[in-house]
Amino acid sequence: MSAAMRHAEGLGALLLAAVWISPLLFAFWAAFHSTSDAVNLNIWAPWTLDNFRTAWAGAPWLRYFVNTFILVTVVLIGQFVVTTLAGFAFAKVAFPGKDLVFILVLMQLFILPEVLIVENYAMVSRIGLFDTILGVGMPYMASAFGIFLMRQAFKSVPIELHEAARIEGCGWLGLLMRVYVPLAWPTYLAYALVSVSTHWNNFLWPLIVTNSPETRPLTVGLSIFGAPENGVDISVISAATMMSIAPLLVAFLVFQRQFVQAFLRAGIK
Amino acid sequence: MSAQAALERRRQAIYGWLLLSPAAVLLTTFAFYPSIATLWSSLFSRGTRRKPPEFVGLENYRDLMADPTFWLVVKNNLIYAAVTIPVSITIALAMALWANSKIPARGLVRTAYFTPTVLPMIAAANLWLFFYTPGLGVLDQIGALFGLPSVNWLGQPETALWAVIIVTVWKEAGFFMIFYLAALQTIPEDLREAADIEGASRWTYTRRIVLPLLMPTTLFIVVNALINSVKLIDHLFILTKGGPSDASKLILYYIWEMAFAFFDAPHAAAMTILVLGVLAVVAGIKFSYLDKRTHYQ
Repeated sequence: MSAAMRHAEGLGALLLAAVWISPLLFAFWAAFHSTSDAVNLNIWAPWTLDNFRTAWAGAPWLRYFVNTFILVTVVLIGQFVVTTLAGFAFAKVAFPGKDLVFILVLMQLFILPEVLIVENYAMVSRIGLFDTILGVGMPYMASAFGIFLMRQAFKSVPIELHEAARIEGCGWLGLLMRVYVPLAWPTYLAYALVSVSTHWNNFLWPLIVTNSPETRPLTVGLSIFGAPENGVDISVISAATMMSIAPLLVAFLVFQRQFVQAFLRAGIK
Repeated sequence: MSAQAALERRRQAIYGWLLLSPAAVLLTTFAFYPSIATLWSSLFSRGTRRKPPEFVGLENYRDLMADPTFWLVVKNNLIYAAVTIPVSITIALAMALWANSKIPARGLVRTAYFTPTVLPMIAAANLWLFFYTPGLGVLDQIGALFGLPSVNWLGQPETALWAVIIVTVWKEAGFFMIFYLAALQTIPEDLREAADIEGASRWTYTRRIVLPLLMPTTLFIVVNALINSVKLIDHLFILTKGGPSDASKLILYYIWEMAFAFFDAPHAAAMTILVLGVLAVVAGIKFSYLDKRTHYQ
């Protein structure tokens, strides 16, 4: 390949990168400037924290953060328990009807929880979980995707380890907890990253099931805060947006490699 | 001996079902039962205080077929899918090929491509509001430099859907890039060396060797992108609320609106069933065709 060609390509890659990151950089910059400076693209304007002060005072952000944090934790714990047990059953236990049930589970990959909002809303109300964090998290706990992932991870555990533990007198539960779960920890890590970022960002379902600041997660809080009826100006919206994405974004920049690996592991298998 | 084997088999069966029971209960409660219930309630009329719901057969579906908004929304969603899927896949492929070759600041470039993926759709929409706001937004400011008039990107029917599409492409291209990057790394070096020895140009190498080898990945991404074209609607709540005059309304948003703004659950249910039908076709294609190429076992 000619050198000119290579330079052109490098330039193209950099240009696309600049375009791709620009909305984020621009909002970041705007969050630290007064609205008039921001909309006039006044590059040399002084930096200020006023937007963050206004945004912070405008909504119970701390409560939203705590809610989102509780939500992702509850979902993750639920998913770990449910998918570990089910994944193990599919991977290592022989029982009648296994294949049929597995096809049913795979079907759920395409019955998106997002599409079933009407009936799931009725269901959550019926069992008394409307406007609770548990109600937001519960429909996602038996994730078909997670069950599938765990099944794959457990299948790859060598049968020798399984048999050795059995000979040592390990029961099924001990086998699962002492042999399979420790060996599958990279899968757990990957799944945790994907799950946390998915539920940190989830919006439609929490919007439907929550109805008070005590349960509302960040995404719903942010959408209410930025609603045009509230008449908040764009710099303050940027500040609020920056605040709500900061934890996940910082975590991503620090653990970038693991993050990308996690998404890969989650998607490819 | 065979009595013992039978005992062991029975024990395994009990363990299996016990282990499965939490997942089975949850899946039934939040996936299978709601699917059936949706189908059932799509066959009933919407009850009022005086008149309880009654069985109307396919009436709700007939109403939908006669509803011009429904057809507009279907058309919007088809455009949404037909544009976001190929465009984001093409961009993702370019990103992956670049992020995999020797370019300056490769780490930074990769980060820039991937970062939108970790943002909530709501936050992404807020960021893009800044670009689209008429008069004040970045797009208008840039346009003004070239003497172009101010455009209300989100406020006019001709551009609103496109503004929404751009945000979706921006959000998902980096995600798809990751899958291509992974696939590119599994292509053995010898193929490239062989191509070099044969004097094949880089373009020929990419077109004749790399792209065919990426085919399974592309199919996998297409299925994901298809699902996304149903699912990714959060930004509508911030950017357009489906407007102006339904020009950017997508199906899932319409379902939400029907159920939770117009309180018309039966019609929302009928629409849900139609979407599930489409997803079932996608699932059928995936499991019967694609899985012959990608091995799960």
